[in-house]
Amino acid sequence: MLPDNPAMHEMYRRMCLIRYFEETVIEIHSAGELIGPAHPYIGEEAVAVGACAALRNEDRIAGNHRSHGHPIAKGGNVKGAMAELLGKVDGFCKGKGGSMHLADFSVGILGESGIVASSVPIATGAGLAAKVLKKDFVSLVFFGDGASNQGACHESMNMASLWKLPVIFLCENNQYAITTSYKNSVSVDNVADRAPAYGMPGVTVDGQDAVAVHEVVSHAVARARAGDGPSLVECMTYRFEDHSLGLDRIRKVAYRSDEEVAEAMKRDPLDIHRAAMLKGDIATEAECDEIENAARAEIADALEFARNSPYPEPEALFEDMYADDG
Amino acid sequence: MPEINYINALAAATAEEMRRDPTVIVMGEDLRLSVYGASAGLVEEFGEDRVIDTPLSENGFFGAALGASLCGLRPIVETVTSFFWVGMDQMISQAAKMRYMFGGQATLPVVFRARMFYARGAAAHHSDRNYNIFMSTPGLKVICPTNPYDAKGLMKSAVRSNDVCLIFEDGIASSSRGEVPDDPDFLVPFGVANTLRTGGDCTIVGIAGGVDHAMKAADQLAIEGIECEVIDPRTLVPLDEVAILESVERTGRLVVVDPAHTTCSAASEIAAIVARKGFWSLQAPIITVASAQVNIPYSPALEPLVYPTPDKVIAAVREVMG
Repeated sequence: MLPDNPAMHEMYRRMCLIRYFEETVIEIHSAGELIGPAHPYIGEEAVAVGACAALRNEDRIAGNHRSHGHPIAKGGNVKGAMAELLGKVDGFCKGKGGSMHLADFSVGILGESGIVASSVPIATGAGLAAKVLKKDFVSLVFFGDGASNQGACHESMNMASLWKLPVIFLCENNQYAITTSYKNSVSVDNVADRAPAYGMPGVTVDGQDAVAVHEVVSHAVARARAGDGPSLVECMTYRFEDHSLGLDRIRKVAYRSDEEVAEAMKRDPLDIHRAAMLKGDIATEAECDEIENAARAEIADALEFARNSPYPEPEALFEDMYADDG
Repeated sequence: MPEINYINALAAATAEEMRRDPTVIVMGEDLRLSVYGASAGLVEEFGEDRVIDTPLSENGFFGAALGASLCGLRPIVETVTSFFWVGMDQMISQAAKMRYMFGGQATLPVVFRARMFYARGAAAHHSDRNYNIFMSTPGLKVICPTNPYDAKGLMKSAVRSNDVCLIFEDGIASSSRGEVPDDPDFLVPFGVANTLRTGGDCTIVGIAGGVDHAMKAADQLAIEGIECEVIDPRTLVPLDEVAILESVERTGRLVVVDPAHTTCSAASEIAAIVARKGFWSLQAPIITVASAQVNIPYSPALEPLVYPTPDKVIAAVREVMG
C-alpha cells in the first residue's frame, strides 16, 4: 500500500536531506574541514527512508559505519548530525563519536557501530527488552552484505527467531564490502536466502525504490508487532561513491567498472521517488522543487550552525565515561 | 547474621534484586537448571521471560544484553572468564565504549558475572584470569569479590549500578563460607578497599584468589614476628589507591599478590602507582607475586608452578624485609 501523500512528501524530503547532507560532507572533507574517515550514503537513500517511514518514533534502529543517512531518515535533526561531524559540542554525541557513531538517541537510535555487524546483537537485545517488558516497539537494524557474513549476524538471527523477538534485520546489499563483491563472499544467491535457515521470512526488494522498501518493511514491522517474530529484508542497492572519503588508494583499485557504476547511477533513488510522486499526482513539479530547495537550505543552515558551534572544552575529555560517578 | 557460602551469597543477591526490581533479568548458558548453583530457584520464582537460557553465542547474547539495557532492562549475564574472548567485540567495542562515544546518551546497566576457574587441571582454554584486560579498557567497572559478604554486597551494588560491571568469581574464593547480612538493602560500595589484617612491617595487597594466599602467608609470618597488613581492593575499577598508599606509608614495604599473568597485570599497575605516588615511603623495592608469563599447562606436575602460593608470598615478604 502506498503511503499517504504527506508521507510520500516527507520521504522525499528526508531523501533530499540525506543527499545534500552527504554532498556537503564530501565538499567539506575535500576542503580539509572534516577530518577522519566518512562513508557516504549517496545512492542508498531509499533504503533508510523507506524503512524508517514504516516505523514509529519509539521504534528503535541501529546503524553501522555508513550511517549518516539513518538518523536523518529516523527524524534526527541535521544540525546535531553536522555539528557532530565537525567534532563540536552541539553534535549528537558532543563531538565524541563523529561520522561512525552518529547517534541521536532522542529519536530511538541505539547507536551506530564502526565495527561491521557489531550493532546487530544490540538491536536484537532491544527486541528482547520489548518482549520482556511487554511493550510494542520494534527494533530494526541496518547492516551490509559484508556484515551478513559475520558471526554476530548469524547468532542474532538465531536468537531473535528462537525467542520470537520483534526485530527486522535489514540488509543494505550495496554489493561490495569495500572492494569485495557479495558474489565472492556470500554462499547463496541472495542474503535473504539465508532466512529459512533461521526459521524466519526473507525477502529481497529493490532498494532504489523507497515505496517498495516501505511496503516490505511495513509487513515485517506488522509481523514483529504482532509477536510473530523477526524478518530478514534484503534491499538491493548501490553505493554511488567509493567506500570511504580519505581512502584515495581504493579509488585506484578497479573493483567495479565505470560502465557498472554508470548503469547503477541511472537508477537514482531520488529520481525514482520524484517520478513516482509526479506520476501518481502526489506532488507537482513545483512542489518537488520546493522540497528540494527547502532541504538544501536546511543543510546550509546546519553547516553554518555546526561551524558556529564551539569545540568541547578540555574538561570534557573525561566526561561521559560512567553513569554513576560522572 | 546467617553463615552461607559464596555461590549462595551470589544467588541470594540475584533473587533479592529480581524481587526488588522487575526489570532485572538473568541470561546465560544452563541457567534454568542452575548447573553452576547461583541461579537455583530463579526460573520457578521469576519465570522463563526473566531467566533466559541462551544459545552458545557469547558475542550475540553479550550484545543482546547491552541492547536490552538501553531499552529498560537490567540484565545479569552469567559466563566464564575464558568465554569473554568469544564475545570480546561486544565487550570492548560496545560495552566499554558506547556511553562515551555517544556523548553520554547510552546508559548500560548490565552485570557480567564471570566464573574464574584455574588451578584445577582445566588447561589453557579454561583457566583465564583476565580482569587485567578489562581494567586497562576504559569504561568498565571491574569487581573481584573474595568472600561471601563481599560477593553479595558487591553483586547487589553492581545490579543497581548504571554502568557495565564485570564480576570475577575466583575459584579459590568461591569455596569460602562466611557471615552475610540478610538485609535486602545491604550493599558493599565500589572503590573501598577492605583491610583484612593490620600490621606495621609490610603491606600485602591481594587480588582475587591472591587474598587467600596473602592471609595464609601473613599468619605464618606473624609466628616469626613479621606483622603484615593485608589489603583486598575488592574492586580494581574503581581502585582505592588511597587505602594502599596510606598503608605503605605506615609499613614502608609492598608485596602484591595476583593470580593473573605478571605482564601488565593489576599487580604491576598497583606497583607502578605506589612507585609513583608512594616512593618516599618505600624502604625496599616492591615485589609482585603473580602468575608466570606462560600459558597454563595441563599436567599436575606443571600447573601449580605457574601461580602465586603462600610460600611465594612469604619469600617475597622476607626479601622486602631484607
